[in-house]
Amino acid sequence: MNNMPSNAEKYLRMEKMPHIWCPGCGNGIVLSALVRAFHKLNYDQDQTVIVSGIGCSSRASGYLDFNTLHSTHGRALAFATGIKLARPEVNVFVLMGDGDASSIGGNHLIHAARRNIDLTVVIFNNSIYGMTGGQYSPLTPQDNRATTAPYGTFERPFDLVELVKAAGATYIARGTTYHSAMLTKLIITGASHKGFSVIEAVTACPVSYGRRNKMGGGYDMLMWQKEHGVPIEKSRYLKPEEMKGKFLIGELHKSEAPEYTEVYQQLIDRVRGPIKGE
Amino acid sequence: MNNVVPLTRLMQGNEAIAEGALAAGARFFAGYPITPSTEIAEILAEKLPAVGGKFIQMEDEIASMAAIIGASLAGLKSITATSGPGFSLKQENLGFAAITEVPCVVVNVQRYGPSTGIPTASAQGDIMQARWGTHGDHPAIALSPASVQEAFSLTVQAFNLAERFRTPVILLADEVIGHMRERFVMPDASDINVIDRKKPPAGLTRYYPYKPDEDGVPPMANFCEGYRYHVTGLVHDESGGPTTKADQAERLIKRLNDKIMDHLDEITMTESLMTEDAEIIIVACGAVSRSARRAVKQARKEGIKAGLFRLISVWPFPDKEIKALSRQARSIIVPEMNLGQLIGEVERVVRSETKVSGINRVTGEMITPDEILNAIKSEI
Ligand SMILES: Cc1ncc(C[n+]2csc(CCOP(=O)(O)OP(=O)(O)O)c2C)c(N)n1
Ligand code: SF4
Repeated sequence: MNNMPSNAEKYLRMEKMPHIWCPGCGNGIVLSALVRAFHKLNYDQDQTVIVSGIGCSSRASGYLDFNTLHSTHGRALAFATGIKLARPEVNVFVLMGDGDASSIGGNHLIHAARRNIDLTVVIFNNSIYGMTGGQYSPLTPQDNRATTAPYGTFERPFDLVELVKAAGATYIARGTTYHSAMLTKLIITGASHKGFSVIEAVTACPVSYGRRNKMGGGYDMLMWQKEHGVPIEKSRYLKPEEMKGKFLIGELHKSEAPEYTEVYQQLIDRVRGPIKGE
Repeated sequence: MNNVVPLTRLMQGNEAIAEGALAAGARFFAGYPITPSTEIAEILAEKLPAVGGKFIQMEDEIASMAAIIGASLAGLKSITATSGPGFSLKQENLGFAAITEVPCVVVNVQRYGPSTGIPTASAQGDIMQARWGTHGDHPAIALSPASVQEAFSLTVQAFNLAERFRTPVILLADEVIGHMRERFVMPDASDINVIDRKKPPAGLTRYYPYKPDEDGVPPMANFCEGYRYHVTGLVHDESGGPTTKADQAERLIKRLNDKIMDHLDEITMTESLMTEDAEIIIVACGAVSRSARRAVKQARKEGIKAGLFRLISVWPFPDKEIKALSRQARSIIVPEMNLGQLIGEVERVVRSETKVSGINRVTGEMITPDEILNAIKSEI
């Protein structure tokens, strides 16, 4: 793991290694970006919660030495909402796969965004259902192969960034495992933002996705990310046809809105206030 | 001063459930509106912030169940309330709470089903769902109130059992109890027994979140209070980490069930009315037991040796008590507002030693005292 802080073990449950991920899987790179972000953020581990759903990527919570909750498929945000509302003072991170977040968990995603509750969400987007062996997800690009799309996918995929923007997320970014230093920075900025922060991490699943779509192994898929991820600053100089088939990376949206748990605390103060009917 | 509840007043069952939750120390509610449970949410939306608690209307019942588990892990006593369709949606995460041993209370004010059924009509169609609704072998505790007063006291008890045994507890009410209004006496706060979860001692070098004490229940550290640990719905070892080892899997699942079944004396609650010498015994729970009470009293007036055995805790099923009754009674009658759920359990315990018959009603209406009285008379 390149660029790991020398005390990475401080943030990892080393006794739970080796991890379950396949050789060439990008999940370890996202995990190391998270560790580097935690190192920089310097949060008290006792005062930090990491919630995940179900999937290969969601196993990351088990390797991180925090208060960790590996919940049910798609529901991580709902569990996290309960935790954050119960204890607004703690830092809550949510890790999900693309299927977890946008399919079975799609409803929770848009409502957590609408509430602008202060959660930092990292979505591992490998364009596929990895854990169950390669079925298409709402983020699988059109005309791709999946075990449940033997003739190619014909459903239109979501654009996660546009989806959560429309739903009300106040910090949205996209990174890739190739641009891992950028990914770390985006996680740090997202965590520091008060409100609902979504960081989409484009990552490789060579085993259940890449192989079937002739994208090569882990290394080739990283190179694909390098060629297709265009930093938003750079995109300004590109013509629309030059952006074809590519995707934006970097900080893609930032706005201000009242944060849910703060508003709720104001409500408590108002209800408990000594003078009624102000 | 509008938060003060008069000591004695007319109260609705659902309101009593909300008051019971507050009295038990509940400080978190997440739910999704559904008749006939909605008043519980409405009342707690108003009252929780006043005691510094939190209320949230989630996007659905799945999310509500998830949110109360999260809040409970974070240290707040948590509750959700729903009815049939919503209770079905909660099942996956109910199982999650069972295997991760997170205390919480789920109220199901039963309505007529399946599906949307008759939303405003009462039924007892979820007796089996309360036991076996979620997949896999899991423990279940369900309490069934038969009065407004009991809706209050059993909600407190539901929290106490949840905290005591680190498990979800179901308050299995029904539309009649939820919506009726009757005399309610608010107990003095000092008379309400409130149990809180057992915590690990401070200063352990290592905390094992799933290492049980002798009673089978592991002490529970709340999140962010100093012990970091992993919670997963995967089968896990004592550290909380996932495992697929056969012996560890068996040990966990057996312990989850044993920690309940080994403490039936702390959980089982029943009421016996004139059963001592009864030859004909009615076994009932919830609203139906009110009709049964009337019927039994009338039968006694007419010189018939009838009695009522009421299940206050429906799950775990009181096998031992029912077995004892079957040795004494000539006939057991099980009235219920479904096509026969409780009766299956009674028959399982009684075997064929005593005659067991049912009175079943699926019209959305109460079973009347007369119907039960007639059934008693036909057994003479
Ligand atoms: C309710 C439910 N439905 C289905 C599954 C099976 N399942 C487990 S992981 C998964 C999809 C995983 O894909 P994704 O969320 O994209 O994560 P990845 O494994 O690719 O990291 C599915 C369908 C489940 N565990 N629970
Ligand atoms: S199946 Fe794919 S996502 Fe899952 S561990 Fe293997 S490479 Fe990674």
